[in-house]
Amino acid sequence: MMASSYNAKEEDGHHSGASSHGGAGAVKSKKPDNTAFKQQRLPAWQPILTAGTVLPAFFVIGLIFIPIGIGLFVSSNNIKEFEIDYTGVGESSPCHSCAKNFSWNSTTPCLCSVDFTLEQPFESNVFMYYGLSNFYQNHRRYVKSRDDSQLNGDRSALTSPSKECEPYRTSEGLPIAPCGAIANSLFNDTLELYHIDANGTSNSIPLVKKGIAWWTDKHVKFRNPGGNGNLTVAFQGTNKPVNWRRPVYELDPSDSENNGFINEDFIVWMRTAALPTFRKLYRIIQKKPSSTPTLPSGKYVLNITYNYPVLSFDGRKRMILSTISWMGGKNPFLGIAYITVGSICFFLGVVLLIIHHKYDTRNNSADIPN
Amino acid sequence: MARESEDPAMTKASKVKRQRKKKPKENKTRTVHANILYDNAKGEENPNRHYANNEIKTTKYTLLSFLPKNLFEQFHRFANVYFVFIALLNFVPVVNAFQPELALAPVVFILSVTAIKDLWEDYRRHRSDQEINHMDCLVYSRAERRYVEKYWKELRVGDFIRLRCNEILPADVLLLSSSDPDRLCHIETATLDGETNLKQRQVVRSFYDLDCDFNPLKYNSIIECEKPNNDLNRFRGYIIHRSGRRDALYKENLLLRGCTIRNTEEAVGIVIYAGHETKAMLNNNGPRYKRSKLERQMNVDVFWCVIILLVMCLFAAVGHGLWMFQYGDKRPVFDVLSPEGTDLSPIMSAIYLFLTMIIVFQVLIPISLFVSIEIVKICQVYFIHQDMELYDEETDSHLQCRALNITEDLGQMQYIFSDKTGTLTENKMVFRRCTVAGVEYSHDANARRLAMYQEMDSEEEECTSHGGTLPRRDSVTSHQSARVVLRSQSTKSHRRTGSRAEAKRASILSKHTAFSSPMEKDITPDPQLLDKVNDCSSQMDFMRFHSQPTSQLPSDLADIIDFFIALTICNTVVVSSPNQPRQKVRMRFEMKSPVKTIETFIRRFTPSRLTSGSNNSSSSSLITNRSSNKGCSSLLSSPSAESTLTKLDEEQTPRGLEHAFSPVPPCYDGKGWNLEEGELRYEAESPDEAALVYAARAYKCSLVGRLPDQVTVELPHLGKLSFELLHTLGFDSTRKRMSVVVRHPLTDQITVYTKGADSVIMDLIRPPDTGSSKGKRQKKIVNRTQNYLNLYAADGLRTLCIAKKILSKEQYACWLQRHLEAETAIQGREELLFESALRLETNLHLLGATGIEDRLQDGVPETIASLRKAGLQIWVLTGDKQETAVNIAYACKLLDPEEEILTLNADSQEACALLLEESLHYIQAKFLCSSTEQATKSFHGSFAPFEIYSSSSPSSHSSSHTAAPFTVHRLGLVIDGRTLAYALDKSLEDKFLAVARSCRSVLCCRSTPLQKSMVVKLVRNKLKVMTLAIGDGANDVSMIQVADVGVGISGQEGMQAVMASDFALPRFRYLQKLLLVHGHWCYSRLANMILYFFYKNAMFVALIFWYQFYCGFSGSAMIDQWYLIFFNLMFSAFPQLITGTLDKDVSAETLQQLPQLYVNGQNSEEYKPYMFWMNMIDAFYQSLVCFFIPYFAYADSDVDLFTWGTPITTLALFTILVHLGIETKTWTWMNWLSIAFSIALFFTVALCYNASCPTCYTPSNPYWTMQRLLQDPLFYLLCVITPLVALLPRYFYRACQGTLFPSPVQVGRQLDKLPAETRRNILSLSRVKVGSPLSPKPPFLSLTKPSPEVCNKKDQRSFPGSKTSQGPVLQTVQQSGRSPLGPTDTERGLSDLYTLLPTEIDTLPYTKDAPPLSGGPHPPSSQDSECLDKTLEAADLSLSSWITSTPLLTQTDSVQLKLPPDGDSQCVTYTRSSEEGLKSDHSVHPAQRTEQAADQSLHTIL
Repeated sequence: MMASSYNAKEEDGHHSGASSHGGAGAVKSKKPDNTAFKQQRLPAWQPILTAGTVLPAFFVIGLIFIPIGIGLFVSSNNIKEFEIDYTGVGESSPCHSCAKNFSWNSTTPCLCSVDFTLEQPFESNVFMYYGLSNFYQNHRRYVKSRDDSQLNGDRSALTSPSKECEPYRTSEGLPIAPCGAIANSLFNDTLELYHIDANGTSNSIPLVKKGIAWWTDKHVKFRNPGGNGNLTVAFQGTNKPVNWRRPVYELDPSDSENNGFINEDFIVWMRTAALPTFRKLYRIIQKKPSSTPTLPSGKYVLNITYNYPVLSFDGRKRMILSTISWMGGKNPFLGIAYITVGSICFFLGVVLLIIHHKYDTRNNSADIPN
Repeated sequence: MARESEDPAMTKASKVKRQRKKKPKENKTRTVHANILYDNAKGEENPNRHYANNEIKTTKYTLLSFLPKNLFEQFHRFANVYFVFIALLNFVPVVNAFQPELALAPVVFILSVTAIKDLWEDYRRHRSDQEINHMDCLVYSRAERRYVEKYWKELRVGDFIRLRCNEILPADVLLLSSSDPDRLCHIETATLDGETNLKQRQVVRSFYDLDCDFNPLKYNSIIECEKPNNDLNRFRGYIIHRSGRRDALYKENLLLRGCTIRNTEEAVGIVIYAGHETKAMLNNNGPRYKRSKLERQMNVDVFWCVIILLVMCLFAAVGHGLWMFQYGDKRPVFDVLSPEGTDLSPIMSAIYLFLTMIIVFQVLIPISLFVSIEIVKICQVYFIHQDMELYDEETDSHLQCRALNITEDLGQMQYIFSDKTGTLTENKMVFRRCTVAGVEYSHDANARRLAMYQEMDSEEEECTSHGGTLPRRDSVTSHQSARVVLRSQSTKSHRRTGSRAEAKRASILSKHTAFSSPMEKDITPDPQLLDKVNDCSSQMDFMRFHSQPTSQLPSDLADIIDFFIALTICNTVVVSSPNQPRQKVRMRFEMKSPVKTIETFIRRFTPSRLTSGSNNSSSSSLITNRSSNKGCSSLLSSPSAESTLTKLDEEQTPRGLEHAFSPVPPCYDGKGWNLEEGELRYEAESPDEAALVYAARAYKCSLVGRLPDQVTVELPHLGKLSFELLHTLGFDSTRKRMSVVVRHPLTDQITVYTKGADSVIMDLIRPPDTGSSKGKRQKKIVNRTQNYLNLYAADGLRTLCIAKKILSKEQYACWLQRHLEAETAIQGREELLFESALRLETNLHLLGATGIEDRLQDGVPETIASLRKAGLQIWVLTGDKQETAVNIAYACKLLDPEEEILTLNADSQEACALLLEESLHYIQAKFLCSSTEQATKSFHGSFAPFEIYSSSSPSSHSSSHTAAPFTVHRLGLVIDGRTLAYALDKSLEDKFLAVARSCRSVLCCRSTPLQKSMVVKLVRNKLKVMTLAIGDGANDVSMIQVADVGVGISGQEGMQAVMASDFALPRFRYLQKLLLVHGHWCYSRLANMILYFFYKNAMFVALIFWYQFYCGFSGSAMIDQWYLIFFNLMFSAFPQLITGTLDKDVSAETLQQLPQLYVNGQNSEEYKPYMFWMNMIDAFYQSLVCFFIPYFAYADSDVDLFTWGTPITTLALFTILVHLGIETKTWTWMNWLSIAFSIALFFTVALCYNASCPTCYTPSNPYWTMQRLLQDPLFYLLCVITPLVALLPRYFYRACQGTLFPSPVQVGRQLDKLPAETRRNILSLSRVKVGSPLSPKPPFLSLTKPSPEVCNKKDQRSFPGSKTSQGPVLQTVQQSGRSPLGPTDTERGLSDLYTLLPTEIDTLPYTKDAPPLSGGPHPPSSQDSECLDKTLEAADLSLSSWITSTPLLTQTDSVQLKLPPDGDSQCVTYTRSSEEGLKSDHSVHPAQRTEQAADQSLHTIL
């Protein structure tokens, strides 16, 4: 018995008394159990990292990665992508005047159109993106500046939005719906695409605006207050965001189902981009049932309703047309990365092989018994 | 139940005032009144009311105070304050980064984990308190006029309590009455000090003479005593009776709480101290808090982490300022105004951002690190506890870790300071030989017997290792019955009749109850001496019959009989019988022996005054006589003044008559009484005493009973004699002796028997007057005895001198007078008693001396050898005399016969300084004269482990002595206490250290406890090394406390050392496993875990840092704040805990077989400062990979913030886990499970979290993110490539390192991997190589059993050569060894392997020398089965012999070698000069020493 921790335990310890007094009585052995766990003898795998043992791993990695990389690279290259900058920075740019004069305060929309040529036809579904550069949608205060409850149709949040929305919480005494900086800065350029026939007539290309947002966003996260009834009533007592021209329930005049918080363009915008250069899905150009390509090669005109000023922060606006594959948009990086890593591993494997041959003979002592 | 003292708690305000007034008075003493006097009075009038009641409360908290108090305590840890600060910072809107409530989560979690732990501990304390408080005891109640049962907690100071046998004392009680006829009460104090022998306590003297039972109602005295204090061995006070008489109170009157009443049917006492004021409770302080070296190092790096954090924050803040600045006045749409709508200037926002970043990056300071370390340490402690190999079956005890937080220090020790007695040795004292009156009795048979025990031990071990139970018992029994000449009946029957289990239990029991083992008991008497004793006693018997004065006895015979009487009675041994170990033998022999003669009959029933003084007290057992007996009683050490003096007068009456009739007829061959005697057991406070008593018993001079006032001795022919015990002057370490004053029953002289250390006793011997022949003879005896004493010491025996002195009545009376004054003094009583003892112990007559062997514990030499191989410096600090210590040091291989010994004995400060200077020169000259390039080169490899000492040396002074780094030579340093005192002086300590550190072993003899601690402190502070102190006794406590790690041996000398220690071991040899295996593991596990923690956090945080470049340094995080905060706490926590607890870099077997691997921890190789930075760099690299691969993979896509951040989190998790996998050395199913669990947990949590609420968790609102990611093939592609790229460098580095420059530990691991057989071969091969040069021609067999004589002769012959040529030898061997080293691949590999393992200096040359030998073993890979056979052979042999045989081998070689001329002369001259210097200071010349040692080893072998 430890005298040190003399306290209750020892005092009630008839054990100590018994063992010293009675003697032959129950002397309980304190012998530890002989179990593999307690004796730290659990069966274990003990890898030893030496050139010899590690070597196969490098070759195997090399052998697996290089084919994967090639596959990725090829499939990425098969994706067709076209990108056009319509910011209007250059003097010659058709949107230059719009870009110069336009600001958030302008009331009249500025129109401009950009011509471009597709060298190759785009097969299957083509996705139309708008891209912004130098736009820090990931700014800490910007990201926070929203009220998800409000966007989910919560009535109380509609009338008294979260404090996070400050300073875009109220205007003129009324709560803003949707509140916050993200909503306030909603991208509001309108893009229209026309195909110029060989004979010069321009055919409008049908742009589908449904299905551009995440299904869960559209159906779960974003909801209009009071269901999809009369939105005008539902949003009564709220104000539109400062930078908006129209209230939220008139976002899509053409489709009443696409208004309010469940407007897909709005939903897409509200999903803040990770990086300052980003693209957002704008429209989908659906595959034609016939065998003709969705977008045949040829001349196109992009008509832009220029509402969104980006020059003040040195931003750029782009329109991107892209097909996608199983691994998303065009991005050769991953394929190259896999190939590079595979090659490096292979190379290191060779280095290790040399090292192993030169120095790593010690392990051969394991075959003494032979 | 009367609760008379309940109300004082509610004292009125006025009373409180009075109480305050009283306070100053109380500061000195405590006054205790009996409670019953105030039974009827109101509570506030009870004078005892201010004293603590007996309710104990060891809990720290109450229900109310728990939260504030616990929090307060936790905030003492700086880290906690930091994290709370961060969390609170989050509540400031401008800077907040996370949801404030969420940010509180980790810190609250950490705090609550700790709080729950504390609460649980507290609850357990509370429970046990409750249990104790509700134990019953009998308290006298005035109302009921009897003792009533009460709870312990209701006990008050001043209560009378009745105690029955085997009851535990509820409080500190003053003993007022005992049912024992001698007014004694026996208590067992095992719970207090671990000593299992019974202690006697006496009834307060004034109550001694009460005939009938003590009646509390009649009690009306007041007790004045000390304030409560924690000194268990001190109690002073006095009791004031109504008559005004004062009686002193001693510690012998006080029964301490927690002790158990034994052997006493009933006792009554008054409570003096209760509850928390009892000495036991005051002694009960909690465990100590120490901070380990690793933790100190870690704290430095935590500090660096803070710096990194600040730098990162500053960088981000500046970046943000610039980013803001570039936009100028045009505020971009995404730059949101502050909530107040105000526009922030870039500078302001940079400042705010700085704070925000601190919050975001807070994870860099690993919040969970501290908690994790604690958890891991607790687990480590658990495993150390559970280790079977650290469990001692004999004592049924295992290692105790008393300090929970320094386990890893065990792996970093550099110096071990060891006590000798009881630590290295068994502290089982065995009588070996003695000298009486100048004649030596060598006890050869006894020596043989002891040798046999040794053999038996080893055989026993062998048997157990073979696992057979039956053969073991048989062999033991046969050994015992066949060879043991004299064996006590009782133990024999144990072994013979009992089953093995029973025998084991018996041995456990005997250990528990402080009985000696048979080895200590059965002493084979020297036939010559036995004859003399017989002769002598029969003569005395004859003389007694003829009423002749015994002085006519020849003086040598008289000395012999006196010698044995002294052995028998000059001690405090208590006699008990084995069947009732706790029953004191009441050996009033009149009671026990049948009435045989008329005389005894008459004497029994005659008032004692008329009979002899020697027997008078014996009749006190008859209650009717007690009152008349009053005056004559003499107490243990304090007879009341008048009574003793009057007794002296009374005893003038002649009394030869009674002596003439002994109660038992003499029977020499005495089978009968031998049997009876065999039933007696001796309980001694120190094993020496028991050994001597057993020795005396072997000579038929046996102690049969001891009472406070009487010792009964049975002598051959003379029968039982009772010595009236007048005084016992107990042993103390300053006097180093004890004395008893008795009245000799035969001569009726007052005789003082003194037993003590030879150095003291020899000084106290009466100088013989050289004139008379008797004086001459006396002088001769003294001289001879001194010679024998030296011889004994040289044999490693503990020597004690026995002396006596006869006092005349007048002298005694004179002394007694002053002694009684001293005893009654209250102030400075100890000093006065000490002086009084000094007065008595002078002019002694030397009787003889004894040599007691203190056997080495099992496995001590092996342990020391292997600890030394592990690079540990071992110093032995002992209180023993120099010769004994040196010889024990040789026996346990601390010193090597081949080693040179520097002995420092100085008489003065100057001499000491000179001596140190000389030694320093000597060392320099000897070992550095040959320091040519080659030599240093050759030294380099092997010395690597030792050189760290010099580099860490802070003292410029010492380094100025030698330019070269300090190395450890084959040198031993022996220093005695006096010299040590000089050497420890400020002016000399540096020199002393310089000398001491270059020696392989240091032995400090005759050192006091204070010196021990000073030495430890000096080494620890000056050399900046990790020190471990190990000891078993109270004298080691200070040393244990000073050292970084204190280890106590829970052996036989009580528990003080254990109580002061951090670890308590049952045996010294367990130190090996504790340090080499558990220390190594704990260290490497924890070091790796800490490094991993830093890496993990840095890696995770850096991800966010890189992101700042892409979010305008706005403090945004792509990782969801939930992941960010719980990453450390949940997702990545378990695997590292498992690895930190279970990882084994090298197996226990290999660690023990290759102690060199311990150097790993000593040099802190697992966790060096640069490693922190390497890890940081790796962390940053990995985070770059984990950031930029997803960055490029998702560049310019429509990915949103958290859909992009979640893969990064996942990748980071994978990377971190795989990183851990690379660092994990052993994969058990626990590791797999924990990693799988972590991953599963992450995905489960992520999926649940992402599905739980579409609107919550702003701002990330990660609804359905994970679900979507899992459908994305890109996610999986990233998960494959990113961790791989991140870990590629580390993996590659590890692989290269494992091949190109493996650390010793890695080599050890590789050895582990080999099949057991092969591993053994390789390990033994390295040893064989070491030993091979001895005799290359006749292969292994011849070197296996080097006949000791041959070796020793060689040793002597080759002495001059070997002595001076050490350094050069190394050099030449090196030269010769170099060229033939054929660097074939295989050989190279192998020799690499050996050289990698740092070996001692002496091993290196052989290793180099090995290849050219034709018969030498070949590297295994290059050879066939024949080689294997050889190595196998060698393995067996080397195991047994290499440790012993190697050191002797150098000589044969070195004689033939020529010395380099330049070094030679220098060396020799220096040697000579230093020899002279040493000689002049009476030191043992190194040469002599070695010779002597050789002699000595011859002796021991014979």
